[in-house]
Amino acid sequence: MNTLLEFDNVTMRFGGVTALREVNISINEGEIFALIGPNGAGKTTVFNVITGVYQPTEGQVRFDGDRIDGMKRFKVTKRGIARTFQNIRLFHNMTALENVMVGVDAHHKTGAIGATLGLPWHRKEEKHGREMARELLDFVGIGRVEHNVAKNLSYGDQRRLEIARALATDPKLLLLDEPAAGMNPAEKNALQALIRKIRDDGRTVLLIEHDMGLVMHISDRLAVLDFGQKIAEGLPHEVQNNQKVIEAYLGVSEDAS
Amino acid sequence: MKGEEVATSNGKPARSGFHPIDGMRDWWADAPHWQRYAVYIALIVFALILPAPWVGSFMSPDSDWTTVLIFPVGTYILLAVGLNIVVGHAGLLDLGFVAFFAIGAYTWASIGTSYGWSYWPTVVLGIFLASISGVILGAPTLRLRGDYLAIVTLGFGEIVRITANNTDAIGGARGITNVPHPEPIFGVEFFLDPAPYYYLMLFAIVLVVTFSVRLNKSRVGRAWAAIREDEDAAELMGVPTFKFKLLAFAIGAMIGGFAGTIYASKAVFIEPNNFPFILSATILAAVVLGGSGNLPGVILGAFVIAWLPERFRFLSEYRILIFGFVLVLMMALRPEGLLPSRQRKAELREGTGGMGAMGAEVAGPDSEASAEVAK
Repeated sequence: MNTLLEFDNVTMRFGGVTALREVNISINEGEIFALIGPNGAGKTTVFNVITGVYQPTEGQVRFDGDRIDGMKRFKVTKRGIARTFQNIRLFHNMTALENVMVGVDAHHKTGAIGATLGLPWHRKEEKHGREMARELLDFVGIGRVEHNVAKNLSYGDQRRLEIARALATDPKLLLLDEPAAGMNPAEKNALQALIRKIRDDGRTVLLIEHDMGLVMHISDRLAVLDFGQKIAEGLPHEVQNNQKVIEAYLGVSEDAS
Repeated sequence: MKGEEVATSNGKPARSGFHPIDGMRDWWADAPHWQRYAVYIALIVFALILPAPWVGSFMSPDSDWTTVLIFPVGTYILLAVGLNIVVGHAGLLDLGFVAFFAIGAYTWASIGTSYGWSYWPTVVLGIFLASISGVILGAPTLRLRGDYLAIVTLGFGEIVRITANNTDAIGGARGITNVPHPEPIFGVEFFLDPAPYYYLMLFAIVLVVTFSVRLNKSRVGRAWAAIREDEDAAELMGVPTFKFKLLAFAIGAMIGGFAGTIYASKAVFIEPNNFPFILSATILAAVVLGGSGNLPGVILGAFVIAWLPERFRFLSEYRILIFGFVLVLMMALRPEGLLPSRQRKAELREGTGGMGAMGAEVAGPDSEASAEVAK
């Protein structure tokens, strides 16, 4: 299997705080990989390093064979990585459709001249953008609200809209930051199905999630972070029974019975 | 884009009471093509007969109405439409917009007097030079956000004026006299009669408004809206934010320069004091008072701001007092502007996007670090 994303000894320091310490992760093409760990373990920092928000203090990040650490954020996106945010960051006064169209636009070329003169390729791109956006809204299951302003959508729909917007940039690797947060069991089930569908479309998914039921169910492999260090990696059931992981989550047990 | 936004009120609670502006917006959103074109044609016919003396006898009893329509009214509208792209669409606060107006005006004045070029190609040159200066100003400064950008642009406006004041090659403080009128075009003579200038100005406004609407409906307009709402999220969705902000600056500057070339061709005489900071502030006031981001609002705002002091000319100095009073009243009664765009109105209410990055709590990498690293 091909390695799609590789974290090679990545260390990330903010002043005196070390958010990530020599983290090695490699994610294969076509898998669903979960990143778990207690609060403050550095999971979102991993996302921020991947997407170019932070440049790692040490180490390299390779994506699809090329180094991407230090690359501009919008270039990382064009290269094929898209993400959602832990605290939803939609363009919330724009409609659902427009939100997704911004994502589709990442691969469009029309500039000011094409738009002002209404040149044919501009119209073609607009049409393509609109169609793609509609398709994606249907894909994540919120096609019925395409004309609603994002902030008026329900919480679950906003999470779905973020996923649609990220998919609109046509990523090879999709990063989902706690996609199930705040969802009810029915919504979580639907989300699971959606993530599988995204993978079956040929994309790789890296997700941060606290809901263990969902993580164990859906992920092919997972890694556990604690205090910025990777303490375990492997198949779900291996990780589940790993002593270090249990300690990290529950604290060191005192009665060993 | 405006159009579709409007059709989107389904998620909102039903509005109570009578809202003529929202009602009109909804009608406009669903209006078929022929109705829209009928409105466009009606507006243009209205603009064509606007200089009629009987209109002027009410609107401007103390000075020549057609002249007033060219400067300040038409000029302010053109400038406001340009500044609206920077402030209203891209959400960047520019306090030195008059600099581009000055560059356009000086381009025609100096080239027309010294080299005897024809007016029409020089207009293109003026627009080009203004956009270049917009890029030169924007390239180093657009990395700044909010207040800092405002301060730098304010400085730029002053630099251009002071440079003109101290450069003898373009007349220094004495300015440039005997700026030539444009050559006749399509059999229309430009000389002392203000009417041709009015129609030239009208043509410029229609052209610029058309371009502005088209831009805003395109990928470019969506990118601007995204930047205004959440610059970091926009960048992570593949929007090259810096490039698009620079583009907004350049396009705004082009329109400012265009207005400048027309102004100079009519004015015969220009000097550095024609381009004071207060003019930048006035145009910004027109944009904000009208409803930044919404073209009809911006045009109405510019009209009101330009016309009020002319209407009350008979009060001599006191007219400025009335003008100030009306401004305060308008801001107190309609802080979102006379005709705000729905999106901007909502942003303003949240206290985030109202004045672009000014009020936005857009986190830089550092503040984001503190917020997200803790998870």
